[in-house]
This record gives sequence, C-alpha cells and structure tokens, in this order.
Amino acid sequence: MSAPLLEAEGLVRRYAMRRGLFGRGVEIAAVDGVSLRIEAGRTLGLVGESGCGKSTTGRLVLGLERPDAGSVRFEGRPMPPPGTAEWRRLRARMQMVFQDPLGALDRRLPIGEQIREPLDIHGLLDPAARQARVFDLLHAVGLREDHAARYPHELSGGQRQRAVLARALATGPSLLVADEPISALDVSIQAQVMNLLADIQARFGIAMLFISHDLRAVRQLSHRIAVMYLGRIVEEGEPDAVLHDPAHPYARALVSAIPHPGRAVRRILLPGDPPNPADRPPGCAFHPRCPAAVARCRAESPALKPRADGRLVACHVAQGEAEAPIRQAA
Amino acid sequence: MPEAPLPRPALAAAAPPRRERALPPPLVLAGAVWLVLMLLVALLADAISPYAHTALDLRNRLSPPVFLGGSWLHPLGTDELGRDVLARLIYSIRTSLLIAFGATVIGAVLGTVLGFLAAHFRGAVEHAVLALVDFSASIPMLVFALAVLAFFGNSMVLFVCLLGLHAWERYARIARGLAIAASAQGYAFAVRQLGAGPWRVYLRHVLPNIASTLIVSMTLAFPEIILLESGLSFLGLGVQPPETSLGSMVGYGREYLTRAPWILLSPAVVIVLTTLSVSLLGDWLRDRLDPTLR
Repeated sequence: MSAPLLEAEGLVRRYAMRRGLFGRGVEIAAVDGVSLRIEAGRTLGLVGESGCGKSTTGRLVLGLERPDAGSVRFEGRPMPPPGTAEWRRLRARMQMVFQDPLGALDRRLPIGEQIREPLDIHGLLDPAARQARVFDLLHAVGLREDHAARYPHELSGGQRQRAVLARALATGPSLLVADEPISALDVSIQAQVMNLLADIQARFGIAMLFISHDLRAVRQLSHRIAVMYLGRIVEEGEPDAVLHDPAHPYARALVSAIPHPGRAVRRILLPGDPPNPADRPPGCAFHPRCPAAVARCRAESPALKPRADGRLVACHVAQGEAEAPIRQAA
Repeated sequence: MPEAPLPRPALAAAAPPRRERALPPPLVLAGAVWLVLMLLVALLADAISPYAHTALDLRNRLSPPVFLGGSWLHPLGTDELGRDVLARLIYSIRTSLLIAFGATVIGAVLGTVLGFLAAHFRGAVEHAVLALVDFSASIPMLVFALAVLAFFGNSMVLFVCLLGLHAWERYARIARGLAIAASAQGYAFAVRQLGAGPWRVYLRHVLPNIASTLIVSMTLAFPEIILLESGLSFLGLGVQPPETSLGSMVGYGREYLTRAPWILLSPAVVIVLTTLSVSLLGDWLRDRLDPTLR
C-alpha cells in the first residue's frame, strides 16, 4: 500500500449542550476517537445511523473544524488551523460535496460564476482560460454549456448536485468528501449521481470519503468501508467482506436491514432506544442493544484492532477475547 | 413577469441570456419620478427658490395659496411672518432629505458591519455587539437624543449621526442572524470551504443574499427618521430656526392649523409622498434583486 493521502489519528470532537433553561452544560462527544486513512485515488465509505458523527468526521478530516484531540495529516503534513492563509490554500486540494445542493449554492449567482469561483479565489489559470475550464467542468458532470447562465432554482435537484460537484472539481482536488451527496435526491436521480461520482473518480483519480447511511450506495463506490456507531468506528474492512460477513453485532444488524428482493432474510431487530451521545453507556457503547453482549462489554470499552483476516473490529466477542454465547475464548 | 416555458437556445453559451427588462409598474415609476424630483429640488434649491427662505413679506402675512384664492406672488401662500411657503418647502426638502438619507445610510452601514463582525468573530465580539444592541433597543431614542444634543450642543453633522443611530440595531440583528445561518450550513459555509476569505464571503455572497431584508428595513426606517427629525425639531432640538425642515414646518404650522392650514399641509404632503415613494421603490428593488422572483 502506498503512503496515505490523508491520515487521521484519534479524532475527538466534543460539543457543549445545555439541557433546559437552567440545566447544567453537558459535553457530547460527537466523534470519540476516530482514526482513518485514505489512500490516493481510493474511496473510503463511512456508514452509520444519523447522529453517529459521520458528518462531523467529514468536517474534521477536511480541517473545517479543529478536533479537540487527535490530528489530521494531509500528504504527510499536519492540517493548519482553519482560517489561516495556508489552510485556505489547501482548500484547492480538498473539496466537499454537500447533502443539500440548493443550500450549498448561492441562489443569487448563476451556476457558471459559482463554478468559476474556486478558480478566482485561488488565482488559478488566467481569466480567459477560466471560462473554458467552466465549460469543461460542466461537460464532465453532464451539464450543458447553457446551464452556466442559469440560477440554482432553475435547475433540477440532480442538476444542482452536478453543479456542486463541478464546483468541487474546479481546482482539481486530490480529496473529495461527499457528505450524504445522494440522500436529498429522488431515487431515480440517486443512481445517476452515483454513476457520475464513480465515473469522476475513475477519470480523475480522486480520493473520496463517501459518507452515507445507504449501505448499497457505499458498497457500490467504496474500496473500504468503515461502520460508525456513536462517534466511533466499530468495523472497517473490504466492502464485500463487511457486507457479506459483518463481524461486529451492530454491523450485522445494519447489513440485515438491507432489503433483498425475493430472498427472505431474517432481520436483526435491535432492542432499546437509538443511542444518545449525551448519555453514553459505560464500556462498549453498543452493549445495551447488543444481542451478544457479555459481562466484559459492560465494563470495558473494546479497541478497534485488526483480526486475523485483516479486518478491523472493535468488539470483545468478535475478537474472540470474551466468551461469546456460542464459542469459547481461545 | 413573462417567463418563456420553452428551453432556451444553446447560443446563450457566450453571452448569458439576460431576460428583457420589463418596465417597472406605473406606481413604482411614479415613486421613482417623485424621488428624482425631490433630489433635483434639493440639489437646485438655491436656483429654483423664488425667495430666500427667511425673507419676510410683512404685508402678505398668512396669505392663502393660489388654489384657495391667493395671488401668484406666493403660489403656496405665506406663514405668520409673511415668509413664502414654497421657498421654505424647497429648503426644507433639502434639509430633510439630507438628514433622512444620511441617517438611514449611516444606520444601515453601521448595523450591517457590526452584525457581520459579530457573526464572523463570535465569542467576545458577538457578546459586545449584542450588549450594545440591547442597550440601544432599550433606551428611548428621543430621550437619548435630548441628552446628547443638550450636552454637546447642536450641529448638523452631530444631528445626522445621532439619527443614524436610530435603527442600527435592527440591521445588526438581521445581518448577524442571517450570516450565522448562512455560515452554519449554507452557501456561505460552502464558499468558505472553497477557500474564500471573509471579504469575499461577506461582500460577494452574504450581503447580496440578505440585501432584500436590509432594503425593506431601510424603507421602514426612512419615514421613521423623518418623523423623529420632525419630533426633535418640534422640541427645539433638531433643526434650529432660521434653518427649516419638513418636520419643523409641520411643527410650527400646527399652531395655525385652523386659520392657515396650508403652512402645515404642503410639507405634510411632501413627507407622505416621499416616504410612500421610498417604500414602493424599495419593495420593487427587493423583488428585482431576487433572481428567484424574476
């Protein structure tokens, strides 16, 4: 494996929350010790339910927020603090695609000007070449040249997302963070945008962090998958391996929720409430809902460690360290 | 507005298709014409005024205007000292427009800048601005103005700046709130992560997007400032005689309301028409600036 393009170590991001008018401030760890690496030209898919810290991880990785602990290294160099000149220069190398394309576009500027804006900001190309570059980008994302003069509200949802993508690609970045890029789109458009993302990655060799709660979308695009639960990565591995034989009980439940037409699969229904990051259970955060939990899970938080088959799993039982209901610890 | 339902031709690639600009509605046009007229009057006051605004004609005191049976010597009549109402009106328009436009612009710029500063820096800066906003909103403007003018004496510059403080907290609140909302998850966040500096984010993106709200706020503040100016002038703290303004004309004309209503009526009509024109024009401008409403 080549040196990673992006390496994040032990990222922690806490938010202060106040309960009620006179309540005490509570600290919520939205991201609680996430480490990940993305190689150049590869895609890491990040899945998990809403509120598990996927988007926060995306923003931390891009350096848009400063982590409370841990570090991000891009091309071997540490991420400069947000707002500095060096940080701004780095924006040309890493870009973001948003969930809500209408919100991410300025509704008072025509699409063409917004796609050209990153070039203006970073002073790339000479002004005459910028317009040509805008048309190239429009073609690359499947829009027509006359779309450049349109305003965001004059485009359809899929076209808007294409415009956002074109803007993100304008500076020729080497990393793209796609934060739920298809969840706000119609199902028919989702497939188009997915294909476009795959196509663009193949063509430009961009590394991607693909954040989604749609397992099948992640599988289609990713070279590796990381499953997040309550601010931590609980399992990471090859997409086929993770989706065919998930090791972590949460990943297993998640995978069993994928509908398979014509095939009756027993769905694992998790008991208990969805997790609340303000009220994190002791030990393994998943143990109150875990069908395989043993005594050790309540006391000790499992670390994300490689298994014999090369997959990273954070679970005492799946690692064979604790007595599972079925098999014995070695 | 006419909107072509057919797809636009692809020849638009080089030159973006500008939709044909439709003429503004007649009411807006009338408002614009009126405002231009007022501006011309203000600029050319010395040239077009029939008399000096302080000139007395003691033989023709309280003479009625032409349409009430008066003479063409004084087309809009005279006041209790025989001063020509038309001449006073012309000079009043100059003074009042200067004060109202100046104060509105000062308030809008000050409030917007402070609001953006609060939204950009957050933390201590934001708390300081918000404290100022609350302070400003909780003190009655009239009392504050009385105190300042009584303490520092009266000058035109001070008076305009003081009235500029009238509604700045509204702009500050609007600018701060909308800028924060935009930076949290909207277009401003997107542009920031493209690498744009704060100048570009606020001037090129946030300001045009919130301009419609600010313009509406300005059209509301403009008549308020004219009224505030009249109130202060009436109390003897605003425009001092022999200088005159629309507000002070109404104030002094009030005493002759039953015997010589024309003294009060002509400045009152000008106030109403001007504020109406500003509102109409501002409303239209707001719609024009918003491409989604075109």
